[in-house]
Amino acid sequence: MSGTFTPRPGAAPLLRQVRAQTLMEARLMLRNGEQLLLAVVIPLLVLVGGVLAAGRLGLALDGRSAVDVLTPGVLALAVMSTSFTSLAIATGFERRYGVLKRLGTAPLPRSGLLTGKVGALLIVQVLQVLAVGTVAAALGWRPTSALPALAGAVLLAACGTAAFAALGLLLAGSLRAEATLAAANLIYLLLLTAGAVVLPAATYGWFGDVAVWLPSGALGEGLRGALLDAAVPLREIAVLLAWAALGTLLTARTFSWE
Amino acid sequence: MPADDPSDDPAVVVEDLRMAYGGTVAVDDLSLTVARRSVTAVLGPNGAGKTTTLETCEGYRAPQGGRVRVLGLDPRRDRRALLPRIGVMLQSGGAWSGVRATEMLRHVASLHAHPLPVDLLVERLGLGDCGRTPYRRLSGGQQQRLSLAMAVVGRPELIFVDEPTAGMDPAARRTTWELLEELRADGVTIVLTTHYLDEAERLADTVHIIDRGRLIASGTPFELTRSRGQTSIRLVVTEPFPAGAPASLQTALGPGTHVAPVNDHSLLITGPADASTLATVSAWCEEHGVLPESLTLGQRTLEDVFLQLTGREIA
Repeated sequence: MSGTFTPRPGAAPLLRQVRAQTLMEARLMLRNGEQLLLAVVIPLLVLVGGVLAAGRLGLALDGRSAVDVLTPGVLALAVMSTSFTSLAIATGFERRYGVLKRLGTAPLPRSGLLTGKVGALLIVQVLQVLAVGTVAAALGWRPTSALPALAGAVLLAACGTAAFAALGLLLAGSLRAEATLAAANLIYLLLLTAGAVVLPAATYGWFGDVAVWLPSGALGEGLRGALLDAAVPLREIAVLLAWAALGTLLTARTFSWE
Repeated sequence: MPADDPSDDPAVVVEDLRMAYGGTVAVDDLSLTVARRSVTAVLGPNGAGKTTTLETCEGYRAPQGGRVRVLGLDPRRDRRALLPRIGVMLQSGGAWSGVRATEMLRHVASLHAHPLPVDLLVERLGLGDCGRTPYRRLSGGQQQRLSLAMAVVGRPELIFVDEPTAGMDPAARRTTWELLEELRADGVTIVLTTHYLDEAERLADTVHIIDRGRLIASGTPFELTRSRGQTSIRLVVTEPFPAGAPASLQTALGPGTHVAPVNDHSLLITGPADASTLATVSAWCEEHGVLPESLTLGQRTLEDVFLQLTGREIA
């Protein structure tokens, strides 16, 4: 005979746990209004606004259409908004509300938790690329069709996700939730305006030479090079991997789960 | 037969645990054991070191001194093996602010191999009405019950529950107690901290009383309240006692009894509650012009035990 609550402990298979965590985190991100604003609405506004403004002002972009120049940058912005700002803010509040503490005693190992977070980022980013790509295509976007460059762009975006996620977690794991919120938004704005994400580094004058070494500049320039000129962004991948390594190292040393 | 347990070794062994934050000693050479398939209450006022002790057992903190074993495992070194077997109810928080109540519970269930049916727990803990409510909009009591559900949904052998009914209304407390009693009946080991004496008295097989990081008494509620064949007399008076009343009454009663002030209107006398003690108390009242409002004779409560051991009230 056994009762309803008779112990029968056990962890679910790791893959099932990671899948559950991934879907849960993706659902929560997509449900959160501010995060959606950051993830989809702002990039689309930048894209549409930029293309319209360029048309009105008759801006010269080396003979290229505004949408072709701006779309790779907007995709970079979308990656940055999700993997850096959204992740940092969400994780900051997870610490504050004891979610990380609670999940720390669930069967899900920390590596599984991180994998779940990255999985959720990738899901949201695929949706972002679909949204931005659809709108851009409607505006006349014609990216390269060279496969090595496209593969390079995907790899670059993955490296960008790793770099920004590591830096986002660094912020979230060492600051209080409100401070993380403020800092993540501020850094996002600074990189948006001065980080060579949306606009080519060349438009920044001397600072452009600095910006290409920032994760924002590397991601933006790399995507532009790949999607616009069919270049394989090897140097930018290296820059982002270096940022990812640095961020991971610092995060591993400083992250506090409570 | 309840759970197939590989052993009857204690579920939890804490030996000479020592924890300090900054210069403050939170846990001071604490030793205690928890028998399997029992309810053990760790009782003490706020700041006594209960949560620190529990969090050391849960693996959140490494012991600074001493040793902790849970189900025979080291909570930090053997974390991966231990975690699926225990359930943890934190004192607060533990869920995303935007997550719906049943969604959260389903999520925790999905991390386990043989979880309880979520609907059953939702119904048993009266969470049906708020199942689709985001966590941040749940009442404190609903959050507590969800947290308890999260601790038990994985069908653990052992649960740690930290202040399970703090701030709950009486109906929610009863629901929570009934669930804990059923868990115990089905063979789950329960360790709970509380500063509610009635909770410890109702639920616990064993009570460990902790004060200022030290274990000051252990036993069943029965042993603790009736220890040494003593009973208690509570004297409540209409006007505040004159200065020095406890000492003067103590002198009148002589050795073998113990007088402890509760507040300026009441005293607790512990000792043989025989006719001579009562006569002495009456005579003392008359002599000091004190008018008794009530003179209650009876079994000590855990509250009395705590008062006698520490000279303070628990809350």
